[in-house]
Amino acid sequence: MKFGVVVFPGTWSDCDFHYVVSEVLHQPVKYVWHRERDLSGLDCVILPGGFSYGDYLRAGAVAGRSPVVEALGDFVANGGVALGSCNGFQILCESGLLPGALMRNECLQYRCETTHLVTENVETPFTRLLRPGQVLTMPISHGEGKYQADAETLARLKKHHQIVFRYATADGQVTRAANPNGSIENIAGIVNEEGTVLGLMPHPERASETAMGGTDGLLILQSVLGSLVEDGGFLKR
Amino acid sequence: MRLRVLIRLKPGIMDVQGTAIQRALAGLGFGDVGDLRVGKVIEVDVPGDSVDAARRRVDEMCRKLLVNPILEDYAVEPVVG
Amino acid sequence: MFKIESHNHPSFIEPFQGAATGVGGILRDIFTMGARPIALLDSLRFGDPSDPKTRHLIQGVVSGISWYGNCFGCPTVGGEIAFAPEYQGNPLVNVMCVGLVRADRIFRARAEGLGNPVFYVGNKTGRDGIHGATMASATFDEHAEERRPTVQVGDPFTEKLLLEACLEAMASGAVIGIQDMGAAGLACCTSEMPARSGTGLDVELDRVPRREGGMTPYELLLSESQERMLLVAERGREDEVRRIFEKWELDAVAIGHVTDDRHLTVRAGGEIVARVPVDALADGPRYEKPTAEPAGLAERRAWNPLARPEPGDCGEALVTLLASPTIASKRWAFRQYDQQVGINTLVLPGSDAAVLRVKGTRRALAVSTDGNGRQVSLDPRRGAAMAVAEAARNVSCAGGRPLGVTDCMNFGSPERPEILWQFAEAIEGIADACRALDIPVVGGNVSFYNETSGQAILPTPVIGVVGVLDDAERLATQWFRAAGHRVALLGPDDVSLGGSEYVWIRERQVAGALAPLDLEVERRVQAAVQAAIGSDLVTAAHDCAEGGIAVALAESCVTGPARVGCDVTLEAAGRADHVLFGEGPSRVLLAVEPTRTRAFEALMAEAAIPWRWIGTTGGDRLVIRGGGRVLVDVDLNRIEHAWRGGFERHVA
Repeated sequence: MKFGVVVFPGTWSDCDFHYVVSEVLHQPVKYVWHRERDLSGLDCVILPGGFSYGDYLRAGAVAGRSPVVEALGDFVANGGVALGSCNGFQILCESGLLPGALMRNECLQYRCETTHLVTENVETPFTRLLRPGQVLTMPISHGEGKYQADAETLARLKKHHQIVFRYATADGQVTRAANPNGSIENIAGIVNEEGTVLGLMPHPERASETAMGGTDGLLILQSVLGSLVEDGGFLKR
Repeated sequence: MRLRVLIRLKPGIMDVQGTAIQRALAGLGFGDVGDLRVGKVIEVDVPGDSVDAARRRVDEMCRKLLVNPILEDYAVEPVVG
Repeated sequence: MFKIESHNHPSFIEPFQGAATGVGGILRDIFTMGARPIALLDSLRFGDPSDPKTRHLIQGVVSGISWYGNCFGCPTVGGEIAFAPEYQGNPLVNVMCVGLVRADRIFRARAEGLGNPVFYVGNKTGRDGIHGATMASATFDEHAEERRPTVQVGDPFTEKLLLEACLEAMASGAVIGIQDMGAAGLACCTSEMPARSGTGLDVELDRVPRREGGMTPYELLLSESQERMLLVAERGREDEVRRIFEKWELDAVAIGHVTDDRHLTVRAGGEIVARVPVDALADGPRYEKPTAEPAGLAERRAWNPLARPEPGDCGEALVTLLASPTIASKRWAFRQYDQQVGINTLVLPGSDAAVLRVKGTRRALAVSTDGNGRQVSLDPRRGAAMAVAEAARNVSCAGGRPLGVTDCMNFGSPERPEILWQFAEAIEGIADACRALDIPVVGGNVSFYNETSGQAILPTPVIGVVGVLDDAERLATQWFRAAGHRVALLGPDDVSLGGSEYVWIRERQVAGALAPLDLEVERRVQAAVQAAIGSDLVTAAHDCAEGGIAVALAESCVTGPARVGCDVTLEAAGRADHVLFGEGPSRVLLAVEPTRTRAFEALMAEAAIPWRWIGTTGGDRLVIRGGGRVLVDVDLNRIEHAWRGGFERHVA
């Protein structure tokens, strides 16, 4: 299966995702420049972390309106899947492909540290290899990761099982102390209603090798790989 | 024609920056400060003389990029002088 | 490729932007050579930690570093934060950057090839950094405007674009030379580049992209606007260069060409506004100034710390030391820095040295900075040599073989003979250590005039060391991993409380004599540590630094993922506080699995260094015995609590 890693001006996890997909997952991967609209030939598009356009206006705001993101809607409608991590999650929310928004961390500081995520939905192409309630260890690195959604949106997210990951303690308890940025209901990652677009603040590519301290992040990419069925579509829930 | 866009967090969205500033002000003897909200200002030069036309264009900019309607409210006003 | 630089004065005026632009400057130094920056380290010094002004400075500096480094996308993997009242009016912000480049792809700031075009790339020029005083001198502008702020504002996003565009342009082969427009801006670049190549430049100021109207040629030449470069390209490939910069949404404007007249010719408004020989602008003068040992230094050094009473409870003294903001955990700062972007960081901040793998090879790099102003003030030559020894020892403790040194020399005013004496002695000390340890100094930076109303900072050479690990899997960290491992102490017993953290905490004094430094022993200890780690014989390695062996042991117990206690016996002569908290070079703690002790002993026998087993890991207490009694017996909870909160309580 073929991965594409999108590069915006100011993206910096592009090389890391590229490395993990090609050297650890051993799958074909190419960089996709933000001005491109042609995503044909790709099965999974990754929006990596960074500070696209410096995040000077709002995190992900400018990138969320770029040609490649405009093309993403059709791409997922036609059977592709998209994964946004960190700035990629912010971009997906800004573009409207995912509901809600990401705000400045409640502590008003940047946070780079290890977090634990409890898995709530294993019926997505991104979590198929996980057990319900499985706790993943993955680092975060962001200044604006506080997920925010109004009550109505939140209710819809729950109804459609769109909340995939919540920040938790090492043994899976969703507590206030385990929430690194003040996200509403400890939300760390969500999918769209169809389950084909995942956005999460943590960095799976930084937890994909034993040398880097763990491989829980790789499980997400391996799930994507394992969800691809022979006719080129993805297993949905 | 120069227009000013004032962007603030919507009522009901917790403004952590505002709260931090309010706390700092209280420490400096301004404990009587009521509500305090942090926002941002964007000034835009738009060609043409019609205030209405300029407003409409800036309004569109706000909807398309400058403002995130999930979090933010905005107001557009002409800059005088 | 690596270098350290200071940004002390700007950080005091405006801590956030000062520190941020300091990070920006050193990153540009590295990537203009063709290297991709892979790591940043920050060596910071502040005044009294309980002073609100200090807190404001720390918060500003740390968030400035965090903002610039994180947005740019280079991980911050190390550095130190230390405190002394002498830094109250002059904090130090030294930033080191490490970059990776193939040895045959290094770029230099050259302007070669008659007729080759000169490009201005990056941000537009404004009046940043043009000093108010120079403005007011009114030589060029009789109608002196309002005083301009001298604070420069960083733009990490543009810097990131410059990085990508520059590396892409360099890889295309169309670039001859490139230089950052740093201090003194365009004037400096346009003279240094041709001076280095024995050529000249002819530039047209009217083409320089600008942010503000009405700028004079003087302002355009001296502006210190950030994130700008001067690039000399190959003639005929101008469009190629332009296309690359356009792709990254940056200005790239041809503003002139290379000449062969060894002159810088500057044109504006259709006439020549300056024409000067390039050598005159680029050559530095040579100074001969008097030096003198500071008055009273001999007395300060003669002070005997052992004339003070012994503490009643050394365990309590240890807990107090661990809570000293200089020793305590710096997690509050490091969690604000991205430490992992690039996925190379094998050992995160918090051990003796950070370790980064080099993808595509089996190798890794170990990096560390160090510098103890107290020791240098008491004995500049030995203190500076000790700083080199310690930074190198940190790298050795990670399993690295030190390859090179970069130094940042932070001193007071060189107009004063005693400051210049400190400086000259410190240089000798660094040279002594580098010769003995066989590590070249590859570059650095000097920062003078770090003083406020006659109060100079402690003389502070900050030493950065980079070392290589041949096998990235053979690395060590400072924390104990499991119970039942034997603990060895390598190195001499010669320590001193002179200039120690212990004396500072108890007496608020910087006095006493330093421990002796035998560089040959140092070299052999480090070689033994590297060999033990390289042979996979150790499970932990930790340098004994501030706070002596007691603090080193406590750190090994609580700084890792698991808390592991230990029980050791120190049979050394001297008073308990001297043995526990005395500081001295060449001392390293190693932990060894029981099955590996025979092999370890054989290796040590070859090393020809003093060493011995001192105890075993395990339990949930730190127990240190000596002279037939228990000197320290403290619960790890207390140790961890003191160490975790000691710095944070001053800044959070």
